[in-house]
Amino acid sequence: MTEQELRVSKIENGTVIDHVTAGEALHVLAILGIDGSGGEAVSLGMNVPSERLGKKDVVKVEGRELSQGELDVLSLIAPDASINIIRDYDVVEKNRVERPEHVLGVLSCPNRNCITNQDEPVQTKFTVLRDGVRCDYCENIIREDLTDHIDV
Amino acid sequence: MRQDHLLTAKQLSRADIEAVLDRAAEFADDPAAARERHADKLLALCFFEPSTRTKMSFETAMKRLGGDVIDMGGVESSSVKKGESLADTTRVVEGYADGIVLRHPMQGSAQLASEFVDVPIVNAGDGAGHHPSQTLLDLFTIREHTGLDDISIGIMGDLKYGRTVHSLAHALTNFDVRQHFVSPESLRLPRSVRYDLHEAGAQVREHEELDEVLSSLDVLYVTRIQRERFPDEEEYQKVAGEYQIDADLLEGAKDDLSVMHPLPRVDEIAADVDDTTHAHYFEQAHNGVPVRMALLDILFQS
Repeated sequence: MTEQELRVSKIENGTVIDHVTAGEALHVLAILGIDGSGGEAVSLGMNVPSERLGKKDVVKVEGRELSQGELDVLSLIAPDASINIIRDYDVVEKNRVERPEHVLGVLSCPNRNCITNQDEPVQTKFTVLRDGVRCDYCENIIREDLTDHIDV
Repeated sequence: MRQDHLLTAKQLSRADIEAVLDRAAEFADDPAAARERHADKLLALCFFEPSTRTKMSFETAMKRLGGDVIDMGGVESSSVKKGESLADTTRVVEGYADGIVLRHPMQGSAQLASEFVDVPIVNAGDGAGHHPSQTLLDLFTIREHTGLDDISIGIMGDLKYGRTVHSLAHALTNFDVRQHFVSPESLRLPRSVRYDLHEAGAQVREHEELDEVLSSLDVLYVTRIQRERFPDEEEYQKVAGEYQIDADLLEGAKDDLSVMHPLPRVDEIAADVDDTTHAHYFEQAHNGVPVRMALLDILFQS
């Protein structure tokens, strides 16, 4: 772990999401639905120097081991992110995020004429394309400004 | 058909389409043969938007199969006015009928409804999305006159919001068809349809002027450019005027060109075309009955 990350704090148990695209840490928390109300300790590093990325963000969530399924959706905004599961201050598992086939309930459809923007009892569902995502209902394709449509 | 619902034309294979068209041809030849075929069936018509041809032809089709219809009526007089969700409306109607024909102003509405019911849902138009049963009758009409392979089709007008255009374009990728899309820049095919056509490996060209392709076409499918798509009347008049056809213009087309239109038309096809051998749009509308009979017959059997 680098000196820069140590400045934020080392965690005993939980998840470290490293190599997040610089500036996306708050979106990462939004996508994961972490807003502090769950009582978990959360540390953020933003624009931390990184050998691989130049600058990066780091998110540490104490006391929660996030699943790969929960984390894969992050690949849409932070494709280089790596996931470290920490137990007793040691990294016991290290994974990269992978592009999921579908994204459920995380994004809202920007098409105002999409049925998912009405008061219907459904989650949004997007299929992940090579370049962007596509609403399973109205079939609208979003390629730009994905973070503008995060709805959590 | 492999699916229980007809939501988009994309779900239809060539074999699915041919099965419907073949059955429709049988019904067209001998309507009496189907008279008692579905005498025990009730079809619900849930039209959240106005419709003349689609609704009446589904009603006619169901009655010609020996069944009957129940009609939700206009939105103003239904529970929708009280704020009921589409999911709830369709779940209630499912208890009354053996199938649901749904027209709704929002894209994806038929997909959503299909997730809440077990009876077949037919998408009869979901906003600017799809209208696959119209496509089946379009294909039936094209097959009658030119066949569905080794032909060139021009599709002209409002390609961006035209749901009949989107469904037709998807379905034609099953056949050896060269598709020419003619529209003003502002009404080109939406990104989602262009994406699907590209993925399907379709033969597609886009044009701003009909002159560029008219002489090579076997079918010209004209759609209405709607006034409300333009910021002002002047701009609308200017653009719409460039996508109107009349008998004089068709002098430059093949003798056996079929002119089609999902109707209603306003002034995009001049009345003098009606008297030419090119005009197939009224026949196309009439084909809605046997084709929808065939579609319902197949959906009820699956």
